[in-house]
Amino acid sequence: MDNPATTTLTAFRLNGEIVELAAPAGERLSHSLRERLGARDVKIGCNAGDCGACTVLVDGAPVCACLMGSHQAQGAEVETLSGLIRADPLARALADSFQAHQAAQCGFCTPGMMVAAVALLRETRHPNVAQVTDALGGVLCRCTGYRKIIDAVVSVGTTPAPVSGAVGSPIRRLDGLEKVEGRDRFGDDVAPDGALVMRIIRSPHPRARFAFGDLEGFVARHPGIEAVLTAADIPGKNAFGVIPGFIDQPVFAEDEARFRGEAVAAVIGTAEAMTAFDPTDFPVAWQPLDPVQTVAEATAGGAPQLHAGRAANIMCGGQVQCGDADAALRRADVVVEGAFSSGFVEHAYLEPEAGFAEMQNGRVVVYACTQAPVMDQDSLIEILAMDRSRIRIVPTSVGGGFGSKIDVSIQPFLALAALKTGRAVRITYTRTESMQSTTKRHPSQIAATIGATRDGRLCGMRFHGDFNTGAYASWGPTVANRVPVHASGPYRIADYRATSRAVYTHCPPAGAFRGFGVPQSAIAQESLFDDLAEKLGLDPLEFRLINALENGAPTVCGQVFEQGVGIRACLTALRPAWEKARADCAAFNAQGGAMRRGVGIAAGWYGCGNTSLPNPSTIKAGLRADGGLVLHQGAMDIGQGANTVITQIFAQAFGVPVDQVMRLGGDTDITPDAGKTSASRQTFVSGNAARLSGAALRRAVLQMTNAPEDARITLGGGEVVVSEGDKAHKVDLSRLPVDAEGYVLRAEETYDPPTKPLNADGQGVPYAQFGYAAHLVVVEVDTALGHVRPLQFTAAHDVGRAINPLLVEGQVQGGIAQGLGMALMEEFLPGRTENLHDYLIPTIGDIPPIETLIVEEADAHGPYGAKGLGEHVLIPTAPAILNAIKHATGVRIRDVPATPSRVRAALKEAGYA
Amino acid sequence: MGHHSPTSLDQALDILGRGGVSVLAGGTDWFPARGDLPVREDILDITRLPGFRGITRQDGGWRIGAATRWADIVRADLPAAFDGLKAAAREVGSVQIQNTGTVAGNLCNASPAADGVPPLLTLDARLELVSRAGVRVLPLEDFILGVRKTALKPDELVSAVTLPDAPVGARGHFLKLGARKYLVISIAMVAGLIALREGRIVSARIAVGSCSPVARRLPGLEAALIGCSLAEALGGIGPDHLVGLAPISDVRANAEYRLEAVAEACRRIIQAAFGGM
Repeated sequence: MDNPATTTLTAFRLNGEIVELAAPAGERLSHSLRERLGARDVKIGCNAGDCGACTVLVDGAPVCACLMGSHQAQGAEVETLSGLIRADPLARALADSFQAHQAAQCGFCTPGMMVAAVALLRETRHPNVAQVTDALGGVLCRCTGYRKIIDAVVSVGTTPAPVSGAVGSPIRRLDGLEKVEGRDRFGDDVAPDGALVMRIIRSPHPRARFAFGDLEGFVARHPGIEAVLTAADIPGKNAFGVIPGFIDQPVFAEDEARFRGEAVAAVIGTAEAMTAFDPTDFPVAWQPLDPVQTVAEATAGGAPQLHAGRAANIMCGGQVQCGDADAALRRADVVVEGAFSSGFVEHAYLEPEAGFAEMQNGRVVVYACTQAPVMDQDSLIEILAMDRSRIRIVPTSVGGGFGSKIDVSIQPFLALAALKTGRAVRITYTRTESMQSTTKRHPSQIAATIGATRDGRLCGMRFHGDFNTGAYASWGPTVANRVPVHASGPYRIADYRATSRAVYTHCPPAGAFRGFGVPQSAIAQESLFDDLAEKLGLDPLEFRLINALENGAPTVCGQVFEQGVGIRACLTALRPAWEKARADCAAFNAQGGAMRRGVGIAAGWYGCGNTSLPNPSTIKAGLRADGGLVLHQGAMDIGQGANTVITQIFAQAFGVPVDQVMRLGGDTDITPDAGKTSASRQTFVSGNAARLSGAALRRAVLQMTNAPEDARITLGGGEVVVSEGDKAHKVDLSRLPVDAEGYVLRAEETYDPPTKPLNADGQGVPYAQFGYAAHLVVVEVDTALGHVRPLQFTAAHDVGRAINPLLVEGQVQGGIAQGLGMALMEEFLPGRTENLHDYLIPTIGDIPPIETLIVEEADAHGPYGAKGLGEHVLIPTAPAILNAIKHATGVRIRDVPATPSRVRAALKEAGYA
Repeated sequence: MGHHSPTSLDQALDILGRGGVSVLAGGTDWFPARGDLPVREDILDITRLPGFRGITRQDGGWRIGAATRWADIVRADLPAAFDGLKAAAREVGSVQIQNTGTVAGNLCNASPAADGVPPLLTLDARLELVSRAGVRVLPLEDFILGVRKTALKPDELVSAVTLPDAPVGARGHFLKLGARKYLVISIAMVAGLIALREGRIVSARIAVGSCSPVARRLPGLEAALIGCSLAEALGGIGPDHLVGLAPISDVRANAEYRLEAVAEACRRIIQAAFGGM
């Protein structure tokens, strides 16, 4: 392997052209295509055939390029997405259909999806849904929930008419074309040729002391290996984190590793040397120690302490209390209680963490996939002990994030490597190290008791949740904080006490994942609501309507919304589907047999933005002398559509069509801080900043001609024209001074949602707005095999105002797919499910049709009334599924995932044959 | 060292004879097993060897070349006895995997969850192994010895899988249980090859995968099914018939579930044989 003479020449046709390459034996075709032949449209998501992102056509047949030796392609015809787009009209029609349906969200799986779909379309010009799912079953998508992809493939050639782009219109993604043509650039697509390659040395044990051998000798003995990084190379603090007071995760562990997969060192070398590098050759000696990996183990007497000052490994807790829960439960006519649990859930975005860094004029510049560029900068300031001015973060396109890419992962390694070597250094996590080392959804153990009076009104709720936060804090405090605020669900409960604890263990850090603990708490609360309704003899939907939060009624935090509470509207919207589904299930079950059908509903709410903390976004825009309108958009688009939504809002506020806005960013050098993409805040918070910026810039233009507010601004042909009625004034921008960025007029506006601190009882104003949701699902349970198959979802979401209804549907369908996965199949077990064939996420065959009912209960704080949406979606999904299983079988599942094995055991216990 | 893709068996056996060679076919197990570790040995790609790919009729039976892909099985025009094998082929990973993954590769990989093994067991498959010493033939039962363990000698290649003609009127069936629709490693799977006459079973072969280190036939059940009507067959499956299965408890399911699920899958296979599914 150390002998380059072992490379062999191979020739094949790539997208119609004969290519020749010299690659070592055993090199994967995917690697050769990307690194030797420049085909960066071939994406690598797992390197194991589990995700299909690298699908290419070899002699017309779709194959995973990661499972084929480059030499095996000798003489073959290899086609990738970009080549298909150039050569095959069918591929272009498919691209158009993908755009029209927004079948691409982050776009990372899109090349694999489209290549597989082209192979299908070549054989079957008008495929049905089953043919599409069979053909695309080998490509995983984590964003879309697949239904838009199915729609796009079955309706190729029947593109709907274009729409205006105004707020409320379902325009295509503004950054979509590069995604469907294979031109988008993700974290692993941007490194310059010749960049050094870095790999991380990680602990193979959940807890171990370790000592390095001769590191200098190791470097000297391995030609091509340039450097090793350890904690000793960190000029600043060897610590990062996201919440002040909880900055406790080292970049490189020192002396003791606290979870399996924790980084202890990095090796940097030439691409060739790193291909030949075997991590087991690295000089480090491990001494495994007994770990504590569950809340019970970690809080037991004598348990090893993970961090000083956190007695019994309890990192923090949260509490919300109003009225007198105990007294209310005593006077309730009916009381139900239950204990619920869930495991680690992996984000499983298809793009593993990747990027590169280099030094530019004494500055460190990091190019990487991220949800929070300015927070990355904040971390690097401390780690590198450098000023903000010397650190630049240039986000690449992000192949999905869902919360985990808020935290830094590769960024500190890259920055340290660039500093140490002075050269461009790149890294791409393997799927396994991505799964081992980045944050997860918190495992939960929840106990709750809820009461009601005979008239169906809630009467007291007690709730406690323990959350396994893993080895480091990450967003654990946020989870501990948010859960008690949200555990009531969107209901009026006067007497309430909810507490939570986040507990350190020797597991991967649990952090932010779509919903921050609320999906877990909703499972308990919404399941118990069904149990209460059953005891009361009430219809579950009516029971929820009786108790739904209203305008003017206090939440459990004592916050009173005078407007914008949309849960009643969501629940009411489900009624027709509910009645039909109940009747259909009854008719189906009357036939008897092992298959039983049931329908379940559940609701949810979610406060948009940080909890009672400042949470500003700033958006900047400028007008050039030639009339060019430029938007500096720093709100990270991780597939959810911020690039499109923020631009739509800005264009509307400024008063021009959306296609006249040139979008820049994100880049910490050119985009002001639009905050992190998390907490469903971008549409709401950055959207407001964009609205304010658009309005301010509009005012500046109108002032030039003293035109009234409702005048029309027209851009084009290097001119700006302001017209009112039939009068038109050309605005002379040429007289204005041009600033350093080339603008003659500019606006930079900040929006920070109005919140107030919570007191010790959690009373206050945690959020300026909540979004609301209610889901209905019909499931079929195979009672003999314990298999649960969702057949249809109906999802009602109050989004205040749908800035782009297609993006709303995309969020809803994608969130439901993740909720379905959490409910039925997903559990991350450190050391056991560290890949995408043991850790199962839903495939295209697992997601049934999803009908989205958009409810628009406008919010006074939202831009054009809009509310956040991302997290809301998967909150009701899992409990709705569990309630449907109960309706179908009479059996209550309290532990997720409800795998066939687990469901069957519960059915047997309930007496099923 | 390097990549070799010989086009004659002689060359291939020469290269193999030098030792330190890793045999590569479809690559769908080879590459994942390799992970990110460097390749330090010669690679012998057998997919271009003459006669190694394709399905042919051969003296009272069928010959499936070792490097025949699962997609070739799906597309081949084969008798009803192969329906189970075809159904299994459609469930090997994904379309992408089926387009490169090979029949013999699935056997040589010797995973307890290999989708191809149960239906091939019901078809009484034999493996043709070639070496400098000549050709030997082993029944599939004797080829896979344990988890990731086969009877293949270092100087041998699997050249083909051969199948005698199935009993008259026999139809193949296959049922794979997994936690999701596509790209799933089975919790358990059952293949059946069943012939009926006048509403009764006259021939039955049943094989179970993912429930023992090596997939295996259920001879007790097969014998008990002979002469049964549908109702008798469905009612007659008992724990005795599953003797020999030794399922493990893992992330996919516990052992108790697997045993129960196998019994239920057997019932569904029989129902299907009677046209009930």
